[in-house]
Amino acid sequence: MHLAYPAVLAVLLFSVGVYGVLARRNVILVLMSVELMLNAVNLNLVAFDVWLRDTLHAGQALTLFTITVAAAEIGLGLAIVLLVYRTRRTAAVDRVTALGDRHEADDPADAAEEKEQAAA
Amino acid sequence: MSTLLAAAGSLEPAARSYLSPTGQEIVFLLVGVLVLGAAVVSVTTRQLVHAALWLVVALGGLAVEFLLLTAEFVAWVQVLVYLGSVVVLVLFGLMLTRAPIGRSPDADSGNRPAALAVGAASAATLVTLVVDAFRSSWIDLSGPAGTTRLTGEFLFSHWVLPFEALSVLLLAALVGAIVLSRAKGDGTKPRPGNLRTVLTKTKER
Repeated sequence: MHLAYPAVLAVLLFSVGVYGVLARRNVILVLMSVELMLNAVNLNLVAFDVWLRDTLHAGQALTLFTITVAAAEIGLGLAIVLLVYRTRRTAAVDRVTALGDRHEADDPADAAEEKEQAAA
Repeated sequence: MSTLLAAAGSLEPAARSYLSPTGQEIVFLLVGVLVLGAAVVSVTTRQLVHAALWLVVALGGLAVEFLLLTAEFVAWVQVLVYLGSVVVLVLFGLMLTRAPIGRSPDADSGNRPAALAVGAASAATLVTLVVDAFRSSWIDLSGPAGTTRLTGEFLFSHWVLPFEALSVLLLAALVGAIVLSRAKGDGTKPRPGNLRTVLTKTKER
């Protein structure tokens, strides 16, 4: 098999992932795009492992490790997303802009929230 | 380096050419088109749950690609871990954050044109580079490269330490996820970070 086939497929998948990470608004869709990018890298690793006939099979071992790390990443990422959702009632990346040390609320949702807190 | 290349059998143009693709190449190409199409739909669709389901198609197709590259065990791990757990987790996440069923007009943020430009630029650059670099490289697919037996042997003879370290990492991630998503015992709900109100509240207490 020509090496260009898996390499080009991996490159295109990676670019699709890059587009998804930059264009999506929902955090979970961003995480899905990250998974696509990781899978593109996995395809590259497997293809180069088979191409080079590595005796240690570093490519395939690293692929298995990447899959494991991706599973850990998605679990931890979703836990953080759920925490953010419970706190701020939104899962949109461009709505979660406050890092904490901000006194005046500059969007209406924050203002309503602060009023609620002041009343309590 | 020369022995490496000789072992890879890469510099021999022999009887192989672009113009007569083998059966494996044709199948790889067809499945690749499917994977790519599913991935594109998955990052562009406005229906959030459909995006997760198209991701299943893309990742399943990638498992088939791994099989075609004779990496059998990696293919099954891909099916088990990605299709079995990651996609289910993603669907759980979508439902727990009350993702709207049906079309949501605000699925894409405002920087979509910039994202399109960056994606297209990276695709063009990398495809040019990769095609130019691997013009005369061929993968020799004869013989087993990734059967379960072989994978077990190399994983547990050469890669034991990384394997164990990774199991510890997975355990830590699991514990972290549980700690993060656990409901607080004393009924205080997590609050938006606003340092000044936090400070005043603690002073009042």
